[in-house]
Amino acid sequence: MTTFSEAIEIEGETALCDCSGALYFPGLDLLAVSDLHLEKGAAFARRRQLIPPYDTAATLARFAEVIGLYDPKIVVSLGDSFHDGAGAALMPDAFRAELSVLIAGRDWFWVAGNHDPDAPEGIDGESVKEIAIGPLVFRHEPSRGPTPGEIAGHLHPGARLVARGRSVRRRCFAGDGRRMIMPAFGAYTGMLNVLDRAYAGLFDTHGLFACMLGRRRVYKVTGSVLRPG
Amino acid sequence: MAVPPAAALPAPFLKWFAERGWSPRPHQIDLLARAQNGKSVLLIAPTGAGKTLAGFLPSLVDLANRPKRKPGEPHRGVHTLYISPLKALAVDIERNLGKPVAEMGLPLTMETRTGDTPAHKRQRQKLAPPDILLTTPEQLALLIASKDAERFFAGLHYVVLDELHSLVTSKRGHLLSLGLARLRRLAPGLQSIGLSATVAEPDALRRWLVPQNPPGMMADLITVGGGAKPVITILDSAGHVPWSGHSARYAIPEIYEAIRRHRTTLLFVNTRSQAELLFQELWRVNEETLPIALHHGSLDVGQRRKVEKAMEANALRAVVATSTLDLGIDWGDVDLVVHVGAPKGASRLAQRIGRSNHRMDEPSRAILVPANRFEVLECRAALDANYLGAQDTPPLVEGALDVLAQHVLGMACAEPFDAGELLEEIRSAAPYAALDPVTFDRVVDFVATGGYALRSYERYARIRRMPDGRWRIAHPHVAQQYRLNVGTIVEAPMLKVRLTRHRGRGGNVRGGPVLGEIEEYFVETLAPGDTFLFAGKVVRFEGIRENECYVTSAAGNDPKVASYMGGKFPLSTYLAAEVRAMLADPSRWHLLPEQVADWLRIQKDVSVLPHREDLLVETFPHGDRFYMVAYPFEGRLAHQTLGMLLTRRLERAGAHPLGFVATDYSLAVWSLEDMGRMFRTGALSLAELYAEDMLGDDLEAWLADSWMLKRTFRNCAVIAGLIERRHPGQEKTGRQVTVSADLIYDVLRTHQPDHILLQATRADAAAGLLDVKRLGEMLSRIRGRIMHKDLDRISPLAVPIMLEIGRESVNGEANEMLLAETADMMIEEAKGTEQAG
Repeated sequence: MTTFSEAIEIEGETALCDCSGALYFPGLDLLAVSDLHLEKGAAFARRRQLIPPYDTAATLARFAEVIGLYDPKIVVSLGDSFHDGAGAALMPDAFRAELSVLIAGRDWFWVAGNHDPDAPEGIDGESVKEIAIGPLVFRHEPSRGPTPGEIAGHLHPGARLVARGRSVRRRCFAGDGRRMIMPAFGAYTGMLNVLDRAYAGLFDTHGLFACMLGRRRVYKVTGSVLRPG
Repeated sequence: MAVPPAAALPAPFLKWFAERGWSPRPHQIDLLARAQNGKSVLLIAPTGAGKTLAGFLPSLVDLANRPKRKPGEPHRGVHTLYISPLKALAVDIERNLGKPVAEMGLPLTMETRTGDTPAHKRQRQKLAPPDILLTTPEQLALLIASKDAERFFAGLHYVVLDELHSLVTSKRGHLLSLGLARLRRLAPGLQSIGLSATVAEPDALRRWLVPQNPPGMMADLITVGGGAKPVITILDSAGHVPWSGHSARYAIPEIYEAIRRHRTTLLFVNTRSQAELLFQELWRVNEETLPIALHHGSLDVGQRRKVEKAMEANALRAVVATSTLDLGIDWGDVDLVVHVGAPKGASRLAQRIGRSNHRMDEPSRAILVPANRFEVLECRAALDANYLGAQDTPPLVEGALDVLAQHVLGMACAEPFDAGELLEEIRSAAPYAALDPVTFDRVVDFVATGGYALRSYERYARIRRMPDGRWRIAHPHVAQQYRLNVGTIVEAPMLKVRLTRHRGRGGNVRGGPVLGEIEEYFVETLAPGDTFLFAGKVVRFEGIRENECYVTSAAGNDPKVASYMGGKFPLSTYLAAEVRAMLADPSRWHLLPEQVADWLRIQKDVSVLPHREDLLVETFPHGDRFYMVAYPFEGRLAHQTLGMLLTRRLERAGAHPLGFVATDYSLAVWSLEDMGRMFRTGALSLAELYAEDMLGDDLEAWLADSWMLKRTFRNCAVIAGLIERRHPGQEKTGRQVTVSADLIYDVLRTHQPDHILLQATRADAAAGLLDVKRLGEMLSRIRGRIMHKDLDRISPLAVPIMLEIGRESVNGEANEMLLAETADMMIEEAKGTEQAG
């Protein structure tokens, strides 16, 4: 199992950055995911851009796999769980059933995001604006200025390396030991480079690291070797 | 074929010719006569044969004889539609044809309609159409998809298709063929006139011009023989011809001397970066400060227009250009063409040489400058081919399905369609003549709801069936979407290059002029401070901000980053065979420069030269690695595919391959195990390694994850309307809100591998980026004809490709390796710090 993840610390709490993009806290038996953007394909289709409707199935399959791996007591979905407000209500029943199986028997929190400010219609779990557990606080949008223990999403962090004339870009966990911004988990979610202006002031520049998601491994790199763009 | 009766020219035409002491050329009269007999015609003629006038003569005569429109009589619609591949060509024709029309006093109107035409003018053109409309394939697609298409084209008599040979081989040609099929429905008597340079298979073009019902119908053919034979030489340089590389730096003094001795020289290269390099090198020796300019597609439009104007005015002594100047635009008095680098095809060379001296009776002059030793062989082969009049234009392929999807949506935008009738219309277009109803239905289903097995998008359909069975668009918004996405040219993502004066501030700068555009993938490999050539100067990369790449002027002449992306054009099969023939035949080597002939002689002594149908495979150790070099001469794309597949097989056989590199001529694989010994001992069978069955499962398995397939998919998805084009200004919305084609590809491949768009993608990749067809033909040719030479050291023939190693990257798992290396390096560093601390 260790080969699939990289252990780091946030405010003294050990966390495993899983190569799926989920974050697991063994001490709290808590699994966090961010920016699932379920039903994004359907949201595009409503605007008559008919991209394949398989993103929800793909995202749920990966979600089920990582939940199966850690079997957490608590699950936190860090907002933008659905791509838009209509997403949960219009979601096909098969996906709804799949989601219910994952939720059953766990403490499940839907954190509100900017895409889905309201509770997902007809789906179990507790909806919250944000939630504090142990030394950590989980909210969708990262707060400005130093916020120790904050686990957030929203920005879809990605990191880029250049070596030997090649450029590699991957989704990543971005952190500095005090706080963490999680990668987007959804199948159709893109990324925004951690060196973009949108991240200005969020991290201690010297402590910044990125855990880049590989196929079967997580690669931890320090901020100094990353490239913008 | 019976000679048609000579056509009579109306008085104003005869007078016009007579006043100038000219007489109409026989093929012009011939074409007029056939057109007047109701025929469609393909005219094949070299540059300078009066092709344009010939193509328009039937229209001009018809319009001259037409009674005047009485006041109050409704507008008559477009009489003749002229379509060219380039906007600039349409503008050029308006000017060149406008002159005789004005001098003869013909009562007709002529206008262009391109992407640059202002909205008010387009609006006016719809209300009061000109008699002759000059336009591009994309504009035609827009016109036939509009609601008033029927009225606009009802009076259409002729469609003139210029540079047809270049249009028909691409997806643009597929879209145009569908447009032509629709025009024939709107104007049933429509005649088409195709103008083309010499092609390998004229009959394919003749079928393309007329409806394929019954199948096999052909337009009449008029062929005009070549004018004076061009005078072509290969530069026999006093300098050392390099083993590899593409800069031709060794020949700069001689090229400059040639420019000095001629009025105007056109210098052709194959890629933008070669153009930049050549331009810079020429100015470095330009002691007389001759006006030498640069022209390529990435330069700012304003810059390009300036160069074109200067050429027209004969104010330039030389222009360095890429394919943007390939087509028949007639600028100035070019008396010499210099082709730097190998021409890659005999027909392409002939067309480029045709740029010089636009008078048929005088010979064109051209100098070929090979950039390396293999290119010397290729130039020689091309030159022999040109003298023999050999033609190797690519064959026409079946119409692409992504283009068909775009057209089907366009037709729904024009008016509701009946699927059966539309299929019949589409099958009248030659590229789609073999389209089967099942595939067509899948395309219609794709257009309607995406064609997914999971039918969850029924309520979001773009087109719907009406109670009478016809299909109509579901919402006016769909037509708007269609108009924004029309066309088949999908540009690689580009960044604007902006020159600023602020150094070392990353992307946090503003202002400065835009030099042009550059490919995003190239910029991604740069680090701040790297220097590269752009727009004729050395610039320093500062940073990226939004969709702009900021650079500053750099001191010095030597850019750090050379960007040679392999040639866009693969070596034609015909030329490849010629090169192999020349290698195999020492009696032809006296035609080669002495140093190149020597190179081949030494190869013959220390290794072997293959027979023209054989494949030579050499193995040898070098450094701490073992190498296998094969010489198929099938072009870089086919070699790249072969390299990917060979490394998979070598991996399975336990040879531990580490990488490979491919050029147009050969392929080198290196490994930890001695492949030569493995072949000798029978641990590995050469015949099995190169067996054709690699194109089965191995190809499928590799393809699944190939970046090439992803890139192809993106193009198909944009053309088919699955994802929207990026329009200027939209890039700013950033990566996180759009869905990237790569992500869609991954999801679709996992969940519906037989989706019609993946089918279209595989077909495209097999024909294009992967060149699978060519690889298959090669593997079948060499069965039982592989010649293995196990050497103890590198051979002369292997030197060029060995020098390429390290310049090229290997894709695939390598990206994961790179990540691991960087991470592990840091772990090592960290350990070191711990120990030190």
